Amino acid sequence: MEGLTVADANLTVYVHPSNANKVKDALLRQLSSLLFKYDENFDGVILAYEIKFESKDAKILPGLHPLFGVKLKANLLLFQPKVNELLEGKVVKLGKECIHVIILGFSSATIMSEDIREEFKFRIKHGVEVFASSAHKRHVIKTGSFIRFLVKSLDVDILHVNGSLIPSNTGCIHWLSRYGTEDISETDRSCRSLKRPKPIEEQDSQAMVDLSLNSNHHHKSHKRTVTNGMKS
Amino acid sequence: MGVELLNNEVAMADIDDPCFSDSETAAYVIEALEGVSKVPSVIAPADRDQYDNLLCILDPTKEMHFQDEALLVVALRTLTQAVHKIDPVFHGELLNNIFDMSVWKYGPDTVSTLLELIACLASVADKFLDTCLHMLVNNFEPHRRLKSSNHQRSLARKEEVHSQLHTVMHYISELVPLAPMKLKYIIDLKMPKCTDSKEVIIVFVDCMLGLENDEIGEFLGGALLAKVVDLLTDLDVNISWEDILQEDTNKGIFDMELEDVEENADGLIGRKSVEEYGVLNGNAFADKLDGLMVAVCKHLTIWASNGRLEAVFANLKEAFRRSVLNAYKSKFAQFVMFYACSLDPETCGQEFAFMLRDIFLSRTETPISRMSAVGYLASYLSRAKFISTSLAVDILESLMDWCFEYCQCHNDPEKIINPKANRIFYAGWQAVMYTLCFHMRSIVDDPQLKSKLLGMPLQPILHHALSPLKVCLPSIVHEFLRQAKAANLCKKSVSLFSESLLESDFSKAFGGVERLDMFFPFDPYLLKESDSFIRPNFKFWSSVKTTYSNCNSEDEEDYEDLDVPDFAEIGCFSENHKIETDSDEDDDDDNDNDNDLELSMNKMSITPKHYFNPHLMGKQQFPARMPARIRPSVSPP
Repeated sequence: MEGLTVADANLTVYVHPSNANKVKDALLRQLSSLLFKYDENFDGVILAYEIKFESKDAKILPGLHPLFGVKLKANLLLFQPKVNELLEGKVVKLGKECIHVIILGFSSATIMSEDIREEFKFRIKHGVEVFASSAHKRHVIKTGSFIRFLVKSLDVDILHVNGSLIPSNTGCIHWLSRYGTEDISETDRSCRSLKRPKPIEEQDSQAMVDLSLNSNHHHKSHKRTVTNGMKS
Repeated sequence: MGVELLNNEVAMADIDDPCFSDSETAAYVIEALEGVSKVPSVIAPADRDQYDNLLCILDPTKEMHFQDEALLVVALRTLTQAVHKIDPVFHGELLNNIFDMSVWKYGPDTVSTLLELIACLASVADKFLDTCLHMLVNNFEPHRRLKSSNHQRSLARKEEVHSQLHTVMHYISELVPLAPMKLKYIIDLKMPKCTDSKEVIIVFVDCMLGLENDEIGEFLGGALLAKVVDLLTDLDVNISWEDILQEDTNKGIFDMELEDVEENADGLIGRKSVEEYGVLNGNAFADKLDGLMVAVCKHLTIWASNGRLEAVFANLKEAFRRSVLNAYKSKFAQFVMFYACSLDPETCGQEFAFMLRDIFLSRTETPISRMSAVGYLASYLSRAKFISTSLAVDILESLMDWCFEYCQCHNDPEKIINPKANRIFYAGWQAVMYTLCFHMRSIVDDPQLKSKLLGMPLQPILHHALSPLKVCLPSIVHEFLRQAKAANLCKKSVSLFSESLLESDFSKAFGGVERLDMFFPFDPYLLKESDSFIRPNFKFWSSVKTTYSNCNSEDEEDYEDLDVPDFAEIGCFSENHKIETDSDEDDDDDNDNDNDLELSMNKMSITPKHYFNPHLMGKQQFPARMPARIRPSVSPP
C-alpha cells in the first residue's frame, strides 16, 4: 500500500508545570491526542509513535504560563494518502451504486459505480451481492474482500476517500496477487511497468521529516500544547 | 433496483395507493430528483412541480394517515437506492425535509425505512455525515419537537425507538469508523442543560447511556458517562442547602438522622424512611435530579448484569473525581458511586475506597481535595452495608498511621492549636472517629479485629499536643469517646465535658468557610424515586450497634430508642398530637410498596416549625404513642 510512511521527527512538547512529576505520562498523553487525526504539520495522519528523549533538560517558556519544552526524537508511522495513489482496504458494504471500503480500520472510502470499470458487473450470486469480472471468472469482489483502488479525491476532515477501480491494476488483491501479472490479454502493457506496491515492512523511511519548530509552527503547537496541558 | 422493487410490489399489493403503484412512485421520485439537478434557471416547470410533489410526500410537518405513510415508505426506499443521485445543493429542500423528520411520529416500519435512508446518506461521508448525525441526536427525545398531546404515546415507544437509533448509529460507525468522534461533539452540543425540562433530560440521557452498551461507548471511553455525571452535579448544586437543613451547627450529627421504626399490621418492625417533611417536594431541580438518578441507576444495573460494570466503573471513578469530589458539598450526585459500588462490592466497592484513601494520602493533591476525599471515605465506610469491617479496619489503619506520623513531625510542645494549618490532620482524625463510631462494636466483637485496633496508635494521637479532640466536631468527639470508654479502648480517662463545651470555633476554622468539618456526603438520601436503589445498602445510624448498648437486653431492635429525643422538650410535638387522628388508616400499608415513603414526625428534634407544610399533614404518619420500649439512659449524668 502506498500511503504509509515511517518518518523521523524532532519534536518539542510543551508540558504544563502541574505535570512536572509525571513528565513521561504527560508527553504520551499529548502525543496520543494527535493520533488518528489529520495533521497539517505532518501532512497526514499519525497512526503510531515511538519516542526517545533527547536530553534531560527542558527550557522553560517565559510568559504567563511557564510551560517547559521537552525535546524528543520520535519515530512516527504516518498515513499520507495522495490523489492517484493506490490504497488497499476491506469491503464492508456492496451495492449496485457504490462500494464501501474501510482502510486500515479507521478510514472510510467509497467507490461509485461510475468509477468502477466496465469489466465488473453487479450480480447476485447465491444470494450474495458481488461485483464479478466479466473477463476473468475468478475475479470477484464481495463483502469482506480486500481490494486495491486508486485515490480519486480525499476529504481530510473525516478522512474519507473517494476511490476508483478504473485502472486495471485495481481490484481484488487476492486475485491480483495470483493472476495480475500473468494476465496479458486485457492488461495495458504500459501498466506492467508499475511495480507491485511493496509490502508494508519494506517501506523505508523517506525524507527525514524534521519538525523542529520554526516560528510559524511555534504558536500552533504551543497553543495546542497549552490547551492539552491545561486539561491534563 | 428491479429486484428490490419486485419485492416491494409483492408486499404492498394490497395497500397500493390508487394514484400510484410502487414502481410508478419509484420512477416518479427518480425523475423528480434528476429534473432539478441543474441550475435553477433551466429547470422546466413540470420538473419543478414534480419535485414539489415529492417534497409534499416527504413533508415532516404533515399529519400522516395510513396511505400517506405507505407512500412515504416507498419514496424513502427509492431515495435509499438513489442516494448517490442526491446532491446537497440541488436537493437542499428535500434534504431539509428528510432531516427534519421526527422518528417519534411514525410507525415502526416507516421509522426503519427512514433510518435506513439516513444510514445510506451518512455513508456518503464527506457530504452528509454531519447532518445525519445531527438528525439522529435530535431524535434522542421527542419533546422538543412534538406537540404535547403526542408525548404519552411517544414515551410508550421509547425503548423501541432508542434501540432503533442505537442500531443505526452502530451501522454508521461500521461504515465510517471515525463517525463516533463527530457524534461525541454533536452530543456535547445537544446535551440538555440543567434548566431544561425533566422529560427532555431523562429521555435524552437514557438514549445516551444506551450507547454505552455498544462499541461506540467503548470507542468514546468515559466521555458520555462523564457528561452525565456533570449534569448530575449541575442539578445537585442548584439545590440549595437551605432547602434541606437549617444552619444550626449545634445539633449532633447522630441526632440528625431522620429515620423511624414503625410497627405495621403484622407486628413486625418495619422500616420507613423519611422525606424531609416535603421541603424538597416543590424543588424542580430535586425532581429532575431524582428522575435522572433513577435513569442512571437503571443503566448501572443493566451494565452490572452484562458484565460491563468494571469497565464502566473506571470511567465513573474518573468522572467522580473530576466533577463530584470537589463540588461544594454535593448532596446526592455522589450516590451514583454508592449504588455502583453496591452492585459489585468486592471489586468496585474496594476500588472506590482505595481511590479515596490514596487521594487523602497523596502529597500532590490540593488540601481541599484531600479533606473532601477523607470525608467521603469516612461516610462511605460507615454507611455502606456491603463494606466489610475488615476492609474498614485496614483503611483505618492507614489513616491512623498517617495521623501518627503527622503527629511525630509536629511535636512542638509550645504550639498553640492552629486548626487551619493542620486541617488535613484534623479532617483525617475526624474521619477516623466517625468511622469508628459506626464500626466500633463490630470491631470489638471480633477478637482479631479488636487486637488490630488495640495495636493502632490511638492513645498517642488523642493525647498529642495537636489536641484533635478539641478541634474536631463536638458531637463526633462525644459519641466516639462514649463508645471508646464502653469498649475500654482508652486507658487514660479523657474528660468528656470539657470537650463538648468548646463549640468549635476551632472546628469551623479547620473546616474553613466551606464547613468541610460538617460534610458527611453519604448522609441519608432524600430523593424519593431513586431512594429504592440506595436504601437496601444504606446503613442508618439507628441500626448501628454501639458499644455502650451492651448492658441492655440482647434485642437488637432496642437501639433505636437511644436516639429518641425528649419529646416533652420539643415545642412542635404538640402540633403532632392535633393532627394524628387523620392518619391512622395509613398505618398498615407501608411494607407493600418500598417506594411509598411516608413522612414521619417522630424525630422532630431538629426541624424547625416553619418547615411544616399544612397540605401534607393529612398524609403523614404520626406516632400514636410514645416509643414502645424505653431504656434507661446509659450516658453519664
